[in-house]
Amino acid sequence: MKYVDEFRSAKAAEVYFRLIKRTITKPHVIMEICGGQTHTIMKYGIEEMLPKELTIVHGPGCPVCVTPLEMIDKALAIASLDDVIFTSFGDMLRVRGSKDDLLSMKAGGHDVRIVFSPLDAVNIAAMNKDKKVVFFAVGFETTAPANAMAVIEAKRRGLKNFSILCSHVLVPPAIEALLSNRGTRIQAFLAAGHVCTVMGYEEYIPLCEKYKTPIVVTGFEPVDILQGIYMAVKQLEEEQYKVENQYGRVVSKEGNIAAKELLKDVFNIVDRKWRGIGTIPQSGFRLKDFYSEFDAEKVFGLEGKTYSEDPRFRGDDNESKCIAGEVLQGLKKPSACSAYGSLCTPEHPLGAPMVSSEGVCAAYFHYKKREGAAG
Amino acid sequence: MSEEKIDIHNSMTCPLPISDYKKVLLAHGGGGNLSHQLIQKMFFSQFSNSFLNEEHDGAVIPVKEGRIAFSTDSYVVHPIFFPGGNIGELAVNGTVNDLAMCGAKPLFISAGFIIEEGLPMEELWQIVLSMRKAAEAAGVQIVTGDTKVVDNGKGDKIFINTSGIGLIAPGINISPKNCSEGDIIILSGRIADHGIAIMSAREGIEFETQIVSDTAPLNSLVEVMLNTSRNIHVLRDPTRGGLASALNEIAMTSGKSIIIEENNIPIAEEVKGACEILGFDPLYIANEGKLVAFVAETDAEKVLNAMRSHPLGKESVIIGKVAAGNTGSVVMKTSIGSTRIVDMLSGEQLPRIC
Repeated sequence: MKYVDEFRSAKAAEVYFRLIKRTITKPHVIMEICGGQTHTIMKYGIEEMLPKELTIVHGPGCPVCVTPLEMIDKALAIASLDDVIFTSFGDMLRVRGSKDDLLSMKAGGHDVRIVFSPLDAVNIAAMNKDKKVVFFAVGFETTAPANAMAVIEAKRRGLKNFSILCSHVLVPPAIEALLSNRGTRIQAFLAAGHVCTVMGYEEYIPLCEKYKTPIVVTGFEPVDILQGIYMAVKQLEEEQYKVENQYGRVVSKEGNIAAKELLKDVFNIVDRKWRGIGTIPQSGFRLKDFYSEFDAEKVFGLEGKTYSEDPRFRGDDNESKCIAGEVLQGLKKPSACSAYGSLCTPEHPLGAPMVSSEGVCAAYFHYKKREGAAG
Repeated sequence: MSEEKIDIHNSMTCPLPISDYKKVLLAHGGGGNLSHQLIQKMFFSQFSNSFLNEEHDGAVIPVKEGRIAFSTDSYVVHPIFFPGGNIGELAVNGTVNDLAMCGAKPLFISAGFIIEEGLPMEELWQIVLSMRKAAEAAGVQIVTGDTKVVDNGKGDKIFINTSGIGLIAPGINISPKNCSEGDIIILSGRIADHGIAIMSAREGIEFETQIVSDTAPLNSLVEVMLNTSRNIHVLRDPTRGGLASALNEIAMTSGKSIIIEENNIPIAEEVKGACEILGFDPLYIANEGKLVAFVAETDAEKVLNAMRSHPLGKESVIIGKVAAGNTGSVVMKTSIGSTRIVDMLSGEQLPRIC
């Protein structure tokens, strides 16, 4: 497949493996932000082929994993109502809230549907005027424009029965939160190519300069990631820090201007809680008042309602031994967790990163469980 | 409320006089006249054979010496009509293939129908016709069956169970337990067509594609293979769960170590594209007309050539081998030259595909 096969080629990969080996002289720690990149790193066994000096840690960029428990509880509360059709991307359905998950709700007879686009949810609303149709708007800047479009489209069509449960999060504030932590060991970032496709990479320049940390906008194929790692290693070895763009075939500095305008029209930037990490200031989107009739939290009177976070996912609960919080911050690897692979598996996840296929613990387990399993 | 009647004399398709009814009613499964008419006109007319025509409670079949293979499978695919086929031929081919994977020559099939009240008669007719055609193509007879009708809303149009019996010729011994170190693994063609065809046909997914299901009876391909070599150790059709799950099952049952090469696994460009968009790994997507064979190294080339001479095996390729060691797992050499574990699917939600 054009533009894919070239970036999965053994020959091209070999070039970058060699360049990285030739360039590196001392230990470095690089974090890939995005769950999609984590998945590629595991799926292609990239870590095993990198020099020992290099440590790759995996960031909080799995939207399913960082969606706070209280949002899932709100989703469950809405989905349990008889007059609701609750729609969501597939992998949100398996994540447990305080008591239940959306899949069990579906099994219990509630109308929970998987959609592949928020616009499908808008169409479901148009076809089911006697029901309230809610879409679980989860994700980073990548999925936000489509969700903004869905709201605009619902307004244009005069739909009174469509709303979104908005739990959008933003990458740059998360990078800042990670870097401002004194205990951090991250020396360089691979930024998420798809997020930057929408947002461009101007907003990463101040972060890079403030924390003197190289940031390389990177794609998702194995050769993309190897090239991104090489660019980051080269900067670290040369003691430079700048924002570089490995994913030039897709990402421009200014991003998708039309999509950014759309986001500005529809969303405000607000503080947002991240599962396993806590509240990060100015790190999420919520609908502007102009669109409040499409805000499920307002429609269903759930605003301001809080649920206490399950201590297991804070990573400080000795009983369950889950270290999801530290894993999501790149402080520890899944294999350092005593529950990983024994008490905690994709079938019986203790922490959110074991739930989604993009979650780092699930990716570890799926692609390399035997070598890492503690149990 | 009385059912709308249709003029049977002008109907170009469903010929049954009981097609006074455009839709299946509860009474069609009630054991009375309507049941009897449905079975006679719809099923017996198409599946007719000496065993079925006895109209006994079960089919009475003479047994020769040797071993028989016996298999069952239920079909709940949604939608019931999809690009490249429908639930009826899938139900016949599926059981035919399960028998063929035992090294058996499939002979007799049963068909159990659970129909949701309200299913259009015309759709049932199309399903029955394609079951007849599939049975003819596979050389099997549908010798016994059952029909039940459930209330509207209590089913999903139609579910079909088929069971089948096949004869295993003397000297043939196919089993996952026979998987041996050094075996060469041959795949009969491109993977993931069926699952992606179903996905593309599903309501609510706006995905335009020409991908069609690969549903096909594999027994004649297996016959050619077994006539070529008696050193075929394992046969498996990688249906639900895809190639990755089939190989894992064999690795776990036999305790052997399987290694496959990513670059050797054929996947259609359109299917690759669809998988990229939908976020699926084609290794886990269902097939309904493919098989993997584990063959002793000495006979691998011979079996491969025989497979390629058959229409359903012309794209056959060697995808890997059984390596030394007893890990009970599958590893893959990736396209970039690294190796990784190929795991079982762990509960990912895919729609019903078979």
